[in-house]
Amino acid sequence: MLDNAKTVTDAKKRYSAGVMKYAQMGYWEPDYTPKDTDIIALFRITPQDGVDAVEAAAAVAGESSTATWTVVWTDRLTACDKYRAKAYRVDPVPNSEGEFFAYIAYDLDLFEGGSIANLTASIIGNVFGFKPLKALRLEDMRLPVAYVKTFQGPATGIVVERERLNAYGRPLLGATVKPKLGLSGRNYGRVVYEALKGGLDFTKDDENINSQPFMHWRDRFLYCMEAVNRASAATGEVKGTYLNVTAATMEEMYERAEFAKSLGSVVIMIDLVIGYTAIQSMAKWARDNDMILHLHRAGHSTYTRQRSHGVSFRVIAKWMRLAGVDHLHAGTVVGKLEGDPATTKGYYDIFREEFNPMALENGIFFDQDWASLNKMMPVASGGIHAGQMHQLLTYLGEDVVLQFGGGTIGHPHGIQAGATANRVALEAMVFARNAGRDIWNEGEDILRDAARTCTPLKQALDTWKDVTFDYVSTDAPDFAPTPEVSA
Amino acid sequence: MRLRQGQFSFLPDLTDDDIRTQAQYAIDNGWAVSVEYTDDPHPRNSYWEMWGHPMFDNPDAAAVVYEVNECRKEHGGKYIRVLAFDATAGWESIRMSFIVNRPAEEPGFRVVRQEGEGRSIRYTVESYAMREPEGARYA
Repeated sequence: MLDNAKTVTDAKKRYSAGVMKYAQMGYWEPDYTPKDTDIIALFRITPQDGVDAVEAAAAVAGESSTATWTVVWTDRLTACDKYRAKAYRVDPVPNSEGEFFAYIAYDLDLFEGGSIANLTASIIGNVFGFKPLKALRLEDMRLPVAYVKTFQGPATGIVVERERLNAYGRPLLGATVKPKLGLSGRNYGRVVYEALKGGLDFTKDDENINSQPFMHWRDRFLYCMEAVNRASAATGEVKGTYLNVTAATMEEMYERAEFAKSLGSVVIMIDLVIGYTAIQSMAKWARDNDMILHLHRAGHSTYTRQRSHGVSFRVIAKWMRLAGVDHLHAGTVVGKLEGDPATTKGYYDIFREEFNPMALENGIFFDQDWASLNKMMPVASGGIHAGQMHQLLTYLGEDVVLQFGGGTIGHPHGIQAGATANRVALEAMVFARNAGRDIWNEGEDILRDAARTCTPLKQALDTWKDVTFDYVSTDAPDFAPTPEVSA
Repeated sequence: MRLRQGQFSFLPDLTDDDIRTQAQYAIDNGWAVSVEYTDDPHPRNSYWEMWGHPMFDNPDAAAVVYEVNECRKEHGGKYIRVLAFDATAGWESIRMSFIVNRPAEEPGFRVVRQEGEGRSIRYTVESYAMREPEGARYA
């Protein structure tokens, strides 16, 4: 009788035709020490009732690398021990019965360099519909330096973006033009002009603004660039508007991107739904054309939000840093969209740090060296307003785009006033922080003081003073920091 | 028109004490502070004139305020800014930038439109002050 969880080493038994456990086929190696060059994936697995967790982990390893459901003799024509992914550790998830963390190591030669499509075809290609599992979630990945180096990375990066914009030492400010559908090109440009002149650095197309009957794309680009240049002259600042070039084909996207470039735009935008290969193509185009590339994560919540099944956003963030976008939405903590503070910090670290140390309390399971790939600028957007400035600066830091859509355009005295309120609140808060004040506790006082010389800020604070979004998060870390025991 | 470049141009003009606290924040972060001036405020004018080298080993922001005031004596009719430079690997660029002195009159910028084929337009932003030669701007 064969041990269910032990690799069968006798070649005759191992390769006799028929079905055997994945663990027996060599996809479970509890003694395996991952190599520095291995790609490691951490899955949260929920086996069907009666399915052993180790066998389930081995099955995931098998189906995401070389295995099929039955033994095949053709394995023996290859260095199959090398190509088999190896599940090497299975831990129960704290406080979640029936769920396990499975660590799986993949040899680097299983992957084509520089291709997110190839990586994802393996890691999330087949396994997510696998019947022995009730649910499966890709929680995190460790990407070896040798692999990271095969990617371009962010086209511009935080440092060069700041140099191009001539904007340092404070978060950047943006707003999404609202209503997101229905404005004509001329009216749309009006919103852009008012917001930028009032003090924002960027305005933004929304994810579903492409080329509709009410406003075709060329019209939008032309009016937006008139607005950008007028606002630049009115303030003496570099201004930008994320022109969304998302379209049905690459040819059409390139055409729109080229037009944006010819009009002098500093930034273009794409949606996550265009797909990984299209994103990488646009990132290459952006690098070749000195363009900042904004990515709107449209659609991600369909697979990132639920804790038991899908792909964690931290993994999407890692893939996007490899793929080469400059901006990516990453949550606000305090706004209307999903995101608890600890998990969001994990995302921000993935965007902005040279090296991420393992931090289970932020959902980061591995040390990750980014090998000098450019940094991505996180974008905080959705239900935020000037009155939260101290919280935003504390949680999100300085290298972030704070996007106040409703919080700019919904200002009782107009869009320019809304933009000015946000900019004054931001500068006052950065100034206070630098001057050594405790902005977390004194934030409201700081804002009220700044409002004394800025009526628009006073109006903003009065309008939105009680707006908060307190809901329980659906995706919090599984590990809490252990409190220090003091003597 | 008020030039809005820098971190704090939407706030009231900074006092010398404000400049000191902000410069001290930079110094405490290990950044080198420098003073620059210009009479060409175009937003893409990267290279303002350097008022001496970045103050690499200076621990006290009072010295920055002193240099700002020395610069004002000679260039008080121009824009002066304070920069903080971070030499850390992976950054190696500016961390802070704020204006500490402005000309009495800021005439602003004009948009020049060159109409191209179709409806496309090439835009240029020009400072009105730039109509005068260097040194003769802002009186």
